[in-house]
Amino acid sequence: MNSERPVQQYFSPYTFNGGTVLAVAGEDFSVIAADTRLSQGFAIHTRDSSKDVQTLCGKTNSTVLGCAGFHGDCLTLTKLITARLQMYEHEHGSKMSCPAIAQMLSTVLYYRRFFPYYTYNILAGLDNEGKGCVFSFDPVGSYERETYRAGGSASALLQPLLDNQIGFKNQQGATEVPLTKDKAVFLVKDVFTAAAERDIYTGDAVIISVITKDGVTEEAFPLRRD
Amino acid sequence: MAAIGGTVAQEHCGGFSFENCKRNAILEKMGAKMPTARKTGTTICGIVFKDGVILGADTRATEDTIVADKNCSKIHYIAPNIYCCGAGTAADTEYVTNLISSHIQLHSLSTGRQARIVTALRMLKQLLFRYKGYISAALVLGGVDLNGPTLHTVYPHGSTDKLPYVTMGSGSLAAMSVFESHYKPDMELEDAKKLVRDAIAAGIFNDLGSGSNIDLCVITKEGTQYLRPYDVANEKGVRQGKYLYKRGTTAILTKDVKPIVMEVTETRVEAMEM
Repeated sequence: MNSERPVQQYFSPYTFNGGTVLAVAGEDFSVIAADTRLSQGFAIHTRDSSKDVQTLCGKTNSTVLGCAGFHGDCLTLTKLITARLQMYEHEHGSKMSCPAIAQMLSTVLYYRRFFPYYTYNILAGLDNEGKGCVFSFDPVGSYERETYRAGGSASALLQPLLDNQIGFKNQQGATEVPLTKDKAVFLVKDVFTAAAERDIYTGDAVIISVITKDGVTEEAFPLRRD
Repeated sequence: MAAIGGTVAQEHCGGFSFENCKRNAILEKMGAKMPTARKTGTTICGIVFKDGVILGADTRATEDTIVADKNCSKIHYIAPNIYCCGAGTAADTEYVTNLISSHIQLHSLSTGRQARIVTALRMLKQLLFRYKGYISAALVLGGVDLNGPTLHTVYPHGSTDKLPYVTMGSGSLAAMSVFESHYKPDMELEDAKKLVRDAIAAGIFNDLGSGSNIDLCVITKEGTQYLRPYDVANEKGVRQGKYLYKRGTTAILTKDVKPIVMEVTETRVEAMEM
């Protein structure tokens, strides 16, 4: 018997902890939401990870980051971003704008091109003119500005609904009324209620942050717990 | 069977057909992805109480991370006095219980006696053992016969247990933790029903593979009570918006009218003289 043969050992540094994030930009506001369930496989780690990263982290007065995927990377990434924002503030004496944070996040993500952060990021805030803005990212830093976007485990369930309800896609002769803040919030609640019905990694509660020029207001909305 | 030339459609003579195995293996080697079967990532359980047995199950069926069925039935009929909960591949649990139910009915017709749980148990375990675990059915078999209330578990490879309280499926650990802390021998009916409800609810809330409602099946000497649903553990979220579309919202891409040519025949109906 030849026992000298090399044996390859496998180890995955990543796990998937679920979670769904969603952001919508309006004329002078933006809404960003994320569910609070943190899970692995068939088990729930916590039903209330609101203070953790998977949900939302206040960045400046007017920008919020939604982060789903591997929880460890979500924690590390948000910690890094927070530190970078503080450094910027100390250096320049002003807060970073939402589009600037988006550019920085992209650079931070691409820096790890060959050992990426396993995170789905969506950034929401107000741009330099005070208009609502949403930026969506892939795990290695490709990003674009959009008016609405879903990311994470139930993204494939939510995005088509947003296309129809906010983008007025596949509707003949529909009048494209501009989105109001109230409609954006109840639409977010409804799509999360629907996602909790069919996606096993989405549930427990959704935290909705509304960003206006006056600051960020946060609201929790309960979802199915099974 | 006469084989002329090349392939001939094989007459079916019982058992599974394996004719696509070789083809599928080649396709898989070429990089084709095989479809996955629907699993019932499940919580099922049962207990023996004073007058009989109670079986319980959740009602969620999943396909990977998506809920495929929000209210599926996992407590299967075997005989009037025997029922069986199934976890694993949905098709396997469905067909295995159907097959055994059929055999049991024929058996009790030819013997002229009520079916026994042990008979169903042996049929199930011998079938599953023959297929070396490839029929992924994990079962909880319970009922009442001349030996009194009896409860068994059957594993996909064919091993079985006989116990006073059992759980199966991905939520079995959550359910068993409830049984281990609250089970007592010779429980009253209502207490026993509540215990099974709590065990299934533990699976529903703590196991992502289980969810929706709680089904119960109470089998006593007097008869069987199938309670579906016994309890709705989760209320469905209420939508706040209205999603009604105006008539004509769906675009018509092409329109084509074809007349249906019909042969007109005349029939006269007259009242019958009474």
